[in-house]
Amino acid sequence: MTYVRDVGALARKDLLLELRARDTLPAMLLFVAAVFVVFHFALPGTPSRLETTGLLWVAILFTALLGLGRAFVPEREQRTFDGLVLAPCDRSAIWLAKSLATLAFLVAAELVALPLYALFFHSVGGATIAAVLLANVGICAVGTFLGAMAVVTRARDLLLPLLFLPLAMPIVVGAVGASVVASPGRYLLLLALYDLLFAVVCWATFEYVVAE
Amino acid sequence: MLTTRRLGKRYGEKRVLRGIDLTLPQGGFLVVTGPNGAGKTTLLRICAGLAQPTEGTIERSAARAQVGYLGHEPLVYRELTALENLELYGSLYRVPERRERIGMLLERFGLWEARHERVASYSRGMTQRLALCRVLLHEPELLVLDEPYSALDEAGAELLDAQLAELRGERSFLVSTHDPARVQPFASGALALST
Amino acid sequence: MLVTTALAFVFYVAPNDQTLGFSQRIFYFHVSIAFTAYACFICGAWQALRHLWKRDPRADLASYVCVHLGLIFGTLVLITGSIWAKIAWGRWWIWSEDELVLFLVLYLFYCAYFMLRFSVDPGPQRANLSAVYALFGVVLIPVSFAAIRLAKAYFHPEVFTLHGPRFGGWILVTYCISQVALLVLAYTLYRLELGSKRLDTRLRRLREALA
Repeated sequence: MTYVRDVGALARKDLLLELRARDTLPAMLLFVAAVFVVFHFALPGTPSRLETTGLLWVAILFTALLGLGRAFVPEREQRTFDGLVLAPCDRSAIWLAKSLATLAFLVAAELVALPLYALFFHSVGGATIAAVLLANVGICAVGTFLGAMAVVTRARDLLLPLLFLPLAMPIVVGAVGASVVASPGRYLLLLALYDLLFAVVCWATFEYVVAE
Repeated sequence: MLTTRRLGKRYGEKRVLRGIDLTLPQGGFLVVTGPNGAGKTTLLRICAGLAQPTEGTIERSAARAQVGYLGHEPLVYRELTALENLELYGSLYRVPERRERIGMLLERFGLWEARHERVASYSRGMTQRLALCRVLLHEPELLVLDEPYSALDEAGAELLDAQLAELRGERSFLVSTHDPARVQPFASGALALST
Repeated sequence: MLVTTALAFVFYVAPNDQTLGFSQRIFYFHVSIAFTAYACFICGAWQALRHLWKRDPRADLASYVCVHLGLIFGTLVLITGSIWAKIAWGRWWIWSEDELVLFLVLYLFYCAYFMLRFSVDPGPQRANLSAVYALFGVVLIPVSFAAIRLAKAYFHPEVFTLHGPRFGGWILVTYCISQVALLVLAYTLYRLELGSKRLDTRLRRLREALA
């Protein structure tokens, strides 16, 4: 139970920080809207439902990347990583709390992005919503983990997309597949499998990312 | 409490520490001195458990929950208030009767009135005093303090003196400083590092 | 000596293939190289696990060398695959070829491994990060494969059909020989590179100790 409490305390801290700073979430919202406009101008002809669904996921992925890049900034800039590492809590709680907070921001961004998408392009079905929810988990779990890794390196912001995108391929396949195919079951299953596998790996190995 | 044998630390190709032997008995007060770049901070980080040595061994009889570390950075979140910061650490360190203890510390270090203000608005001295609160919050057995007086104003320094006097003998201290005279009254041993 | 044996084997394979047609030849190498690359990545992840779990001080370097080799072989996979695609279907790249697409994803992943490794100063932290990332890679392989196969369902169905050589008789033998040859080659390269890197480290330590 203390684990849950630790995660809660840390997640609360992350949410508070963002509420005070108010920079990441507005940036994500603006970014996703701008990206949609770019898509409109970037696609000659009238794009079909298939094509715009793909674009929706590209937009979500890169908006998420934007948010993920900022996830560990307070810990990095103020060196508070040390403070968290010194604490007797399980190190994986740091990752879980940060993932949950990032998940909250991503969902908040999508609450704006999906209606915008429906407005600009095509309507969004139930399968797509399910895919969004499942994909979010994978994106946040893996992305937060990699964000913590990237923060320690010299290249930092440069490195996160490079590390993240190959790992995000299955998410894209699962998400797009679920959104366009008549029977999305297999794709949602792929997403769920991805989430489960990688969440376990992240949870088990975060200890090694923060310990020196 | 703490023993190192032939402790060494290398970062890449640069060797920062070499062949350090130190012993800190329970209740002892060890002062570490040396010029900048001699590796004081690295040594203290290793002793606190934030870094691993690349050579030699270190034995520490205090668990992570019983170590308090004060580094060059205050390790507090600037966008949170003093109260929120201490609440967070209090929760992570499972401090019993958290509220009372936080209140008591804030008062003792003169931060009670400013407790609802963000740390970003604090002066350097106030931030360092908050960092001291953070260190003392969970009543650690081993206190590792890296140049604790450096960022303190005179009032804060006196408060720290009082704290050291109070806890001297009960807890174990590993303190690095540029001003050994200040901590001389408390010291039970000394270690001088050279580059 | 091992290297010459391996090379001899590899050349021995070639004459055997003449009967089956020139274009098929590259397929043997392609598949064996692919398998060898997988083996390298899995070894890399195994060494990574040993580094994290057993704290074996030699495992980090071994893991790095494995991944490095895996990447070299991966490059060969992509090149031979591309050549094969050109021969079989007239285009330099085919998206419907699962194996190839999987390797592309893995290639990007392990290239990022190197970027990660070169972006951190040498030390326990770099070793830890590399090891964790190598483990992620190995988990990614099956998941990516499943994803790529599922993805085919919603792409334009390409009319290219895959016709691998039917395995039987001589074909199987030649394949096995080339596979073994490549594995031996990989192992030789592994020992070579690991040995030279270890020598490097020891030299550096000695130089420092004397300084």
